[in-house]
Amino acid sequence: MTTLLDVENLWVRFPTRQGVFDAVRGVSFTLGRERLGIVGESGSGKSMTGRAILRLIRPPGIVEADHINLEGVNLLDKSEKEMRDVRGQRISMVMQDPKFSLNPVMTIGDQIIEAYRLHNSVSKSAAYNKSLEMLEAVSIRDSERVMRAYPHEMSGGMGQRIMIAMMLIPNPEILIADEPTSALDVSVQRQVLDIMDKLVKERGMGLIFISHDLNLVADFCDRVLIMYAGRIVEVCDADKLHDAKHPYTRGLLNSLPRLDAPRNRLEVLQRDPAWSDTPSVSGRE
Amino acid sequence: MKMLEVQDLNVWFGSGHDRVDAVKNATFDVVKGESFGLVGESGSGKSTILRAITGLAPDWSGKIAVEGQVIGHKRPKTFFKTVQMVFQDPYASLHPRHSVDQVLGETLQLHGFKDIDARVVKLLDDVGLGQKFRFRYPHQLSGGQRQRVAIARALAPEPDLLLLDEPTSALDVSVQAEILNLLADLRTEHNLTYVMVSHDLSVVGHMCDRLAVMKDGQIVEVLGVEALRQMKATHPYSQHLLAASV
Repeated sequence: MTTLLDVENLWVRFPTRQGVFDAVRGVSFTLGRERLGIVGESGSGKSMTGRAILRLIRPPGIVEADHINLEGVNLLDKSEKEMRDVRGQRISMVMQDPKFSLNPVMTIGDQIIEAYRLHNSVSKSAAYNKSLEMLEAVSIRDSERVMRAYPHEMSGGMGQRIMIAMMLIPNPEILIADEPTSALDVSVQRQVLDIMDKLVKERGMGLIFISHDLNLVADFCDRVLIMYAGRIVEVCDADKLHDAKHPYTRGLLNSLPRLDAPRNRLEVLQRDPAWSDTPSVSGRE
Repeated sequence: MKMLEVQDLNVWFGSGHDRVDAVKNATFDVVKGESFGLVGESGSGKSTILRAITGLAPDWSGKIAVEGQVIGHKRPKTFFKTVQMVFQDPYASLHPRHSVDQVLGETLQLHGFKDIDARVVKLLDDVGLGQKFRFRYPHQLSGGQRQRVAIARALAPEPDLLLLDEPTSALDVSVQAEILNLLADLRTEHNLTYVMVSHDLSVVGHMCDRLAVMKDGQIVEVLGVEALRQMKATHPYSQHLLAASV
């Protein structure tokens, strides 16, 4: 399989008054033209891993890695200016919360058109039509009204779909989706996943899908990395996630309420301090 | 006995051209001690029903009755002693510059309690937080702990009816399990009635006895949890929702 992205020994550190906090501790993985899931609880370092790839971690945060290779080119050696050509165009990222990722004082139409015209030299009207098309592709019904609207007029689910439309419009090679569907309803979730799925297959995109929803990842991805306290504790094929061995993964699976197996009480995860001490498992293919 | 009765409830926002009918002719009732779920996609009006009941949505018509008493647009003080709400986002629903003690103390004072100190202690114990959290600020708490504080605040006036607006959707699955267990325990301890809004059918299936499925502001179906588990929804939309969530 062709390797799009190769991450070796990634560390993300934040100096604090109480000493250095390691958010990500020595994570290695590769991404081909596939759907790679990263799951874990909040604070496990999964979002930080995604941000570190795009070098979006600002000082005082420190990103260290042996290499982060995008098709053989180390992203860590690039200047900030060169990184700007990578972001959006080659690797784009859908952030967790549309409320904080959309510009509140620009209409949605202007924002999508801007994202498109930044990387493609086309006329305004062509960009407008392309934006309309993209909004319809993420199943927004009255797209013309949405183009004129401001982000605060949108619901969370709508905002997230707009974000996805905006990130996919420059046609990147890798899409990092950080909890893209956690704000959406189950019925819409499916549609959005189908859109992303289609793109990965048709355009040969690589997808890093960061989520806390185990069932969703098991269903949607090809391969899954399970992160705990900044390390990868287990790597498995997505369809075998329900047979996962690690007690942490098992604990997460058991804490989910299930329609087909009603229980009076849900199992609560019992944490073992040894989990965070064992070295990271490699996520290389 | 009926704890909550909602009949032909209409809620709308804006006027003229911009008028959006968020809830259309919603009718349901909740028996005392029951746990009732409202499911549907975003924009289906499920949260708006809760907001209309508590008076956070000003434009509504129809009949809302709590414990047999019809509620007008101006709510009496006793209403807020009976009905309390827990909001979706524990990060946004607590005042960032008020400590847990202030949050709970202020609520208790507003409701005219005198033994505030003892009650704050008891509330924190009830939600499983304990004394060491009493003088912390929201930024010093995790998402799950904040939601516990929000639940403690809702429990402060000793309500009978608790409206839960997606209480666990912002939380991790492991923390969600803790909060759902807590809510189940509190319900038996305090004889509470729950109306719970969620987009997660498995959460509603776990917590509730009956549920209403909403679409475009209308309740399309009310069904029991047994029917839900056996996938016996009759309305095509609920079937679609069920199929999508399994």
